[in-house]
Formats: sequence, structure tokens, C-alpha cells
Amino acid sequence: MSRQSVAKAHQKIQELSWEPAYHEPVSHYGTDYTFQKAQKKDPLKQVLRSYFPMQEEKDHRVYGASDGAIRGNMFRQVQERWLEWQKLFLSIIPLPEISAARAMPLLFRTVPNPELHNGQAIQMIDEVRHSTIQQNLKRLYMNNYIDPAGFNSSLRNFQSDYCGTIGRQFAEGFITGDAITAASIYLTIVAETAFTNTLFVAMPAEAAANGDYLLPTVFHSVQSDESRHISNGYATLLMALADEGNHQLLARDLRYAWWNNHRVVDAAIGTFIEYGTKDRRKDRESYAEMWRRWIYDDYYRSYLVPLEKYGLEIPHDLIEESWNQIWNKGYVHEVAQFFATGWLANYWRIDPMTDKDFEWFEYKYPGWYDKYGAWWENYNRLSMPNGHKPIVFEDVDYEYPHRCWTCMVPCLVREDMVMAKVDGQWRTYCHDMCRWTDEVAFRPTYQGRQTPNMGKLIGHREWETLYHGWNWADVVSDMGFVRDDGKTMVAQPHLDLNPDKMWTLDHLRKCPPLASPNVLLNEMSDDERTAFAARYVRGGPAGRAPADA
Amino acid sequence: MTTTQDAPKFERSVPKPVFTDAEAGAREFPDSNSRRYNYYTPQKRKQSHYEDVTVDVQPDPRHYLTQGWLYGFADGRGGYPLDWTVLKAWGSDQPSPERGPGSGGMIVKDWPATGWHEFRDPNEEWELTLYRYNSNVVRQVTQNVEAAKASKAFEQWNANWVRFVEQHIGAWMHVDHGLGLYLYANANRRAPTNMHNNAISVNSMHRIRAAQDLALYNLTLSEEIEGFDGSAHLETWNNDPAWQGVRDLAEQLTAIDDWCEAIFAANIVFEPLVGELFRSQLVQQAAPRNGDFVTPTVIGAAEYDFAERDLRYTTAMFELLTNDREFAGHNKAIMSDWASTWTAKSLAAARALQPLWSQPDAKPPRFEDGLDRVKSRFSGIVVSLGLEEPKELAQ
Ligand SMILES: [Fe+2]
Ligand SMILES: [Fe+2]
Repeated sequence: MSRQSVAKAHQKIQELSWEPAYHEPVSHYGTDYTFQKAQKKDPLKQVLRSYFPMQEEKDHRVYGASDGAIRGNMFRQVQERWLEWQKLFLSIIPLPEISAARAMPLLFRTVPNPELHNGQAIQMIDEVRHSTIQQNLKRLYMNNYIDPAGFNSSLRNFQSDYCGTIGRQFAEGFITGDAITAASIYLTIVAETAFTNTLFVAMPAEAAANGDYLLPTVFHSVQSDESRHISNGYATLLMALADEGNHQLLARDLRYAWWNNHRVVDAAIGTFIEYGTKDRRKDRESYAEMWRRWIYDDYYRSYLVPLEKYGLEIPHDLIEESWNQIWNKGYVHEVAQFFATGWLANYWRIDPMTDKDFEWFEYKYPGWYDKYGAWWENYNRLSMPNGHKPIVFEDVDYEYPHRCWTCMVPCLVREDMVMAKVDGQWRTYCHDMCRWTDEVAFRPTYQGRQTPNMGKLIGHREWETLYHGWNWADVVSDMGFVRDDGKTMVAQPHLDLNPDKMWTLDHLRKCPPLASPNVLLNEMSDDERTAFAARYVRGGPAGRAPADA
Repeated sequence: MTTTQDAPKFERSVPKPVFTDAEAGAREFPDSNSRRYNYYTPQKRKQSHYEDVTVDVQPDPRHYLTQGWLYGFADGRGGYPLDWTVLKAWGSDQPSPERGPGSGGMIVKDWPATGWHEFRDPNEEWELTLYRYNSNVVRQVTQNVEAAKASKAFEQWNANWVRFVEQHIGAWMHVDHGLGLYLYANANRRAPTNMHNNAISVNSMHRIRAAQDLALYNLTLSEEIEGFDGSAHLETWNNDPAWQGVRDLAEQLTAIDDWCEAIFAANIVFEPLVGELFRSQLVQQAAPRNGDFVTPTVIGAAEYDFAERDLRYTTAMFELLTNDREFAGHNKAIMSDWASTWTAKSLAAARALQPLWSQPDAKPPRFEDGLDRVKSRFSGIVVSLGLEEPKELAQ
């Protein structure tokens, strides 16, 4: 269709919507926001007559590239270090995608502008596209990459593993609770507008540098739908801003959504990009540099700040604090180190870092070696089974962290850990913002105002609780992270596929039982707990015990 | 190499390809040949591509989801509660595993966790198929209309038929659009498995596309036919008494709380009794007699969506429930009630449309004959589900 005829066609389909005359549609979801009914423009301006062929054409390119990659033996050049992390990433991401589809109807009744609903329905089907095209990419990896373990059990794995659980926030947060908080602020305004840039643009570039050009093909194709979704969010945000009564809630939700996205996405994608790559050219951008460009400049400075004049309260302090976490407090390095410490609870292999990696880290993050170098040397030394235990049980000056009740990433920047008794339970939080999210934001009142539609944090949020007192061999079997010989583990702390070099359940059988930090915390006396917290915040960096302990 | 005398070559900083031999089959080791998704049982002997990209994306605490849902609504419930419909699939009444300190994952060994997980969309819709199918439809519809334009086909239409198309064919777009968004898209948040919700979202897009097909057809006709009133459909939808029954019913359908009832009422009852009556028994019959061979191609696309795709997944979905090893009786009793309720409403709406049959110059077959035909098709559908024909059908 010509551009003029698309415009005309779009104008015409505005005639489709109608006000109910006899019965209101069912109202399944609530919000504490209020919206005035106002004539709005559909920001997407998308007509299905051109939309379907456009998407089909994008598919042709994606599937053509897939065929080409297989015929061209792409996997002879793919870095295993990189592809192993895709076992984690691709186990999680189809769920957030499909959850975004499921989230769209949360907005139908709560945002009373039928003009926007057309765009939301298109986003719904876009997300079905994203979810299934990513499942398909993973299937292709499973079929063509040297080690299918972890891909072949993918959707079971992410449902029983703590990393999958961390990732699931980035899905369940879209579909529950206050409809606007979930489907608009958390999903479109923050997750899609801010963080998909790093997911779908920065990460594919790194994949390509590691010999994988299929991930970029698929994710750029996904990303090309994203700008339309951003317009959906923007239109809803402007409408919410039009009512002053919403400003307090917008401020709350932006703080929660920003902080949670930072904690979750930066943890995962930061680790993939910094620790999953073999590309150590000094002029390739580090995650911190990418973050500065995509998130700080593009999102914060260019998108958020201009909204201040419409009355949006921007969490300037949190944006600076996130940067502080990444740049000064080593957030990504702490997370990667934790993933590697706990390799045995996962379903992918983690390659040790080498001198070349050390050099790059030191160049990009001055002071890195002094903090993390010795630990990674130990990781390398302990990577093949040779009479010793996995690194988490060995004396390498690393204290197993407590988990954050809210974001479920452990409290890794030790000095920031806070503890509170909430809902009758002692909980640790990785940062005061995560405490605030649980104790203040996700509650039926907020700053004295009734917020009856706000969601709740639920579930067994500390993974270790479920396996408190278990032998590690039983833990790993229970989760199903075992290969088809019935004993070799899916996870390995190295990339050597020689069966003699691989860890098995027999090695784990000899290890001490798993202990849940949160169960232990709640068993302490008040004095013990106070002493524990005082000691904890003096620990780190790199998981070290307090210097004077 | 003897190129030492060459000028030093400028080298760009780009990642270098490295031979890694990380290709399937390069080595033998545990799992090296385990190249299939091993966490679900296929419906047929072999795992299908559709199943691979669909099954278990949406988690379930009764299956693998050990830490449970993490975010809930204000009442503390997260995910996809089974009681969002009153229908049940085997296992629905079993309590969720109670996990806690030291419980382990308590993964349900007996696959699947509930009978809900057995559903597979017989159309095997995922992104590749849904874009291919709908692109073909929009291309074909566009070409048909273009060809008609080129051959001046609209000039053969008599004035009464032009009125009929602008008002009544036009009015149906509102049914498609309203249900597409507020019934089908809405229901894609509500079913307990990814298989259900994906099939429902594809159904939603069929309806929204069909609505747009009609709207854009209407736009073309406004440009091609002198005196064609492109906004007449609004007046008809809003005020024509013949349409108020359909409109009232369409709105009632969007007001249904239970997602199974919504899909059942729309696809098992309303579409066969009202949708097919309008499309197949009225438009497709009347158009050719009035010199119109174009409208049937547009309407026919929507008819095909329903008859060959949407009805197909719907019957597969409900057949599982009427044959459920634990709740067949429970489900059949409820579906019979639904069938009664929505049959009565649908027939009332259908009868209100009757004046349309006398409007074209060349009349379609009698209303009662058309109604008998859709009733007998509807009866076949409910009987194939193992339900009795509702007595309201005699109305
Ligand atoms: Fe997406
Ligand atoms: Fe946290």
C-alpha cells in the first residue's frame, strides 16, 4: 500500500470502534489510576492489510538467514562461551514475550480509549511472534550446536532454577497487580522503552562478535516491532499524566519499575555481554559504556527527562544510583561471580576467564583485577574435578550471599544489604530500594492513599528455602539438570566436553548439604541477627569476608 | 608469504572469525545426541514444530514451577488461576503442591499436571503460520477487489444492492471488531496454558483483520461507486432495529466473565447460528443474484477463518473437556446450560435480522430455509462435542 492509502485506510478503520449501548464488556482488571475519556489518536497507525505482509516479509529474511547459517556451518565458528549463556537467556525470554501479549487486555477497560486498543491488539500478536520465533531459535541451537544439554530441557529448567525465577519477574510483573502499573509502566514505559535496547540491540552485536549471526537476525527482527510498542506506552503515559491524581502513582511505579529492571536486566544482560564473550578488543564497548549510551543518554536524557515538563516525577536519584552500582560497585561483576560460584545449580556451562579476559576487564574497569582476579584464578584452578569440591565449598574467600526478597538476585553489593521484618518474616534486600518495593510500594495503601489494586509479591522467593538441608546431588537431580547417562551434570564450570573432565552427581554427593540463608536468618536470636547484619555489610567486594573478621 | 615489501595493511578493529568446531556431532559425550525438547509429551508420536515453540512457555505451579508465581493481584493470586473458568480438566481439583522449607521442587512426575495441558491447536498456529495465512488472505482480498475495480464490476450493482452493501455488509464489521478485541483478545490472558492462549490470540487477529477487510472494502466502494455512503454502516449499527438484536448480543458476549463460556458462546453458538447465517445464508446467496461477485470473496475469507480454522481449534479444545476422564459429566452439564442460554439469545438476534432478506431486488433463499440450514449445522457441532441439541433450537 502507498503511504497515502495507508493513511486513508488508517483513518477508515477508526470507524470500527463503537461504544457499548446495552452491556459493558467484562472488567477483569483494576487500577488505582484514573483516566478521562478523551479523543485520542491511535499511535501505531497500523492497518492489518499492510501489517501481515510486512511481518511475513520479515519472517522470510529470518528463516532465510537460518537456512543459510546451517548450510554455511555457522556453528563451526560459534564461541561456546557465548552460546552456553543462551541456554539461560533463551529459556527465560519467550515467557516475558508471551506475557506481554497476555498483558494487553489489562489495558482495554482501564484505559477507556478505543483508539488505543487497536495498537494493543497488534502488540499482542507481535508478542506471540516474538515468543515463538525465539523458541524456534533455541530449537535450532539445540539441533545444531555441539552441546544440546540445557537447551533440550529448557522450559523445565527455567521453572525450577533460581535464575529463571529472577527472569520471571520480567514477565509476571506485566500481567498482575494494578493494570497500569503492570502493563503500561513496568512493561512498556520501562522494560520495552529502556531495557529492550540492551536486550535486543546490544546483545545481538555481542552475539555476532562471537560467531553467532542468527541471534542478531532474530532479535533485530523482534526489535523492529518494538518501536510500535513504545508508542503504545507513550500514548497511555500522556493520558495518565493528564490527570494530576495519577502523578503520585506514576512516581511510585516509575521508581519500582526502573529499579527492578535495573536489578534484573543489568544482572543478566551485563553478565552475558561481559563474561559471555571472547571478543576482547579494547575498542569494543563494555556493558557500562553501552548502558551509558542506550539507557542513560537515549532513554533517560532523551525520553524521560522531557516528560518532566508534563508533571512526571523522574527518579533522577535512582538512575544515578543504578549507574553508581554498575560503575563503582561492580554490580555486573558481582553477579557474574555469583553465577559462577553457584554453577552447580544451573543448566549451562561457564567458561573460566583467562589472562586475556583479565587484561580487558582491567582496561575497561580499572581496579577489576584487585577485586576479582584472584577469585577467577581459583575458579579456573577448581574447574576440573580433581579430588576437590566445587568452588562454592572451597576456601576462596567468598561468602555465600543472602538473597534479596524483592528482586531475588542475591545481596551482592554487601554494604547495601538491608534487613527488615515484613509480613512476620525476616527478609534481606539487596538495596534499600528493594526493601521499599516490598514494604512500601506493593501494599494496599501508599503515602496514606488507598491503593486497593496494587499487586503483591508472592511465591517462594528464596530458592534455597525449597532445598534447605538437601544433599546437592539430590537437588540437581530434583531439578532435572542431569545428562542422559543419568549422572553427568548439565552444568559445568568449564567448556571441556571430555566426559572424564565433567562433574557428576557422585562428586556432589560428597559435598555439604545446602542451607537456606533465609531459613537460618529466621532461626537466629535478635542479637545474632543484628550481629549478622552488621558483619554482612562490612563484607565484599567480590564476596570477601570483612577485612577484620 | 613474500609480501614484506608491501605497505603495512590498515586493519580495522572487527571481531575475527575463529574456528571453534562447536557443531552438532563434533564430539560424543553425555547428551550429545539428545536433540529434542524433553520436558513434554507430544500429542502424536513425534514432537511437532508447533509443539516445540508453544508447549510449556507459560509455566504452571502444578508442573515444573517450583517457586510458584512471584507477582499476584491484590488478592494475592498470580498467574492463570484454573477457576477463571468453571469447566475443569482432570486434576483441576487436586491441590497445588504445597512447597516450603526443604520440600524440594515437588515436580509433578505424572505428565501433564492437569488435563488442560493436553490441548493442542489442530491448526498448529505459531508466528510463521499465522503471518503466512493472514498475508495470503489480505493479498487475495486486495487482488479480488482490485480486479473487480479494473473490470468495472461495481457498475452492475443495482441501487438496492448498493444500499444493502453499505448498510448491512458494513454493519458486520462492528461485530468482528468488537468481538476480536473485547472477547478474543481479552481471553488470551485467561486460559491456563500457552496452547489455549496462543490459539485464542490468533482467533482474535482473524476477527480484527476481517473487520478491517470490511472497512477497507467499504472505503474502496465509497471511491468507486457514486452515491455509496461510506458512513451508512454506522447509522445501521447504531439505530437499525434489525441490527439491535445482534448488537445487544455481541455486547453480552463481551461481558462474559468466564473465558471458556466466552469462547463457547462465540464460536460454538453465536458464529454458527448468527455469523454463518449472515455470511453464508444471506450475503453469499444474495450477492451473485444481484450482480455482485466481489463481496462474497471478502466475506468468504472470514467464513473460511471461522469454518476451517477457528471452529477447528474450538471443537478440539471443548472435545477434550467433554471427554475428560474426570470431569466429562461436570463439563457437559455446564456446556449444555451455556448452549441453551446462548442458543436462545442467538436465535432471537438471528430472527431480528430477518428484514434483511427482503431488501435486495433479487431475493436470497427464504430466511427460514437459511435458518434451518444453520441450525442443522449447529446441531451437528454440539452433538459432535457429546452434548444434546438444546431444546431452545426449536424456537
Ligand atoms: Fe516483544
Ligand atoms: Fe533486590
